[in-house]
Amino acid sequence: MEHIELFFKSIFIDNMVFATFLGMCSYLAVSKKVSTAVGLGAAVIFVLAVTVPLNWLLDQYILKEGALVWLGPEYAEYDLSFLSFIMFIATIATMVQLVEIIVEKFSPSLYNSLGIFLPLIAVNCAILGGSLFMQSREIPSLGLALTYGVGSGIGWFLAILAIAAIREKIRYSAVPPALRGLGITFIITGLMAIGFMSFGGMLTGGDEKKEEKSKVEAQVEKEEVKKEAKEIVAQNTTIN
Amino acid sequence: MGLLSKKDAALIKDPLFDNNPITIQVLGICSALAITAELKASIVMSISVMFVLGLGNVVISLMRNIIPSKIRIIVQLIVVATLVIIVDLVLKAFAYELSKTLSVFVGLIITNCIIMGRFEAFALGNGPWRSFLDGIGNSVGYGVILIIVGFFRELLGSGTLLGFKVLGDPIEKTGLYAIGYENNGFMLLSPMALIVVGIIIWIQRTKNKSLIEEH
Repeated sequence: MEHIELFFKSIFIDNMVFATFLGMCSYLAVSKKVSTAVGLGAAVIFVLAVTVPLNWLLDQYILKEGALVWLGPEYAEYDLSFLSFIMFIATIATMVQLVEIIVEKFSPSLYNSLGIFLPLIAVNCAILGGSLFMQSREIPSLGLALTYGVGSGIGWFLAILAIAAIREKIRYSAVPPALRGLGITFIITGLMAIGFMSFGGMLTGGDEKKEEKSKVEAQVEKEEVKKEAKEIVAQNTTIN
Repeated sequence: MGLLSKKDAALIKDPLFDNNPITIQVLGICSALAITAELKASIVMSISVMFVLGLGNVVISLMRNIIPSKIRIIVQLIVVATLVIIVDLVLKAFAYELSKTLSVFVGLIITNCIIMGRFEAFALGNGPWRSFLDGIGNSVGYGVILIIVGFFRELLGSGTLLGFKVLGDPIEKTGLYAIGYENNGFMLLSPMALIVVGIIIWIQRTKNKSLIEEH
């Protein structure tokens, strides 16, 4: 149950692109065609699924305060968490290189479709962001870290797939010249993000304990959702 | 301006408008949007990026002849990561509250495409002084957009600027609120950052037609 909840939460509610703007650079640059978008999206899922659990292990057994206790009781006071940026990014860069070499050796066809995107991924904010959020949200177990990695990868994949499809279609519409290309992509992404906000209450329904705790919050949220709905309707009417 | 030749001055001026890293080169958007709900956070973020990009460009430019091209990405990442750790620790020591608001986005300066992009495009082929100017120019161009977005989002979203209530008090109904003005809480939510940047791009391209894309 925990796994399913985290899985859907990381796809829809905490969607990397729409809720936290991670990986926006490649999201905007590689979304002109659906086929390339699918390639990059698949590569992101794959790399997130590898690096998030790996960085979870690093965090748990080396970086966290008191994590070095397995070396002996005298190490219990060490806190290496200030090193986490450098360790995470080094892991990601080497893993990407390693994955590239392995895929090239064992599956040339996969390499041909994914390969060109792999170097792009080492500097994709979504990958480092996945590891950093994993650390700051204190995900408790290795399995959950894997679920989180795969889930947020799929969320990113969905986002880039959707925007690529929209951009292919929008070529046939009369967009104001100054908005063409980048401008309209930003605004569409904004509207999609508003749409994704409606998933916000998806997981709180039916869970009695949580509801009691956050009744006030839920009410505020409800009002916000109402406001949003109005905005969306207003926006739709202006579009039409 | 004896210090800067014309060519050097262009390095600083170009990224501000016609070659802006965010609106034209499409770099560094990842961290730019998430933290602009408050003006203060945007200013601190711009300063951090200026520090990292200015110094990083100099370091990479000094090492450009000894970095083997095959592993240059890893070398660049390590240089940025070191500088970002410095920024993170300084923020934690002197502005703890703010570093909580920025949360993981300080760390994400590492993968801010603007930094890798400038290393690759400029610092690997130019001397330290020119690289430094390029770094400063680009981070100022980045900061300008961040501050514009932060200004409008904080003003319209919570009616404050840098925490000062410039539009009056919403609870005691003073200032603009006395005549029925309401804050638009929607401006504080993340989708509006995208739309505000979209509008900035729209205005910029209407003014300068040569920037308009085909599709």
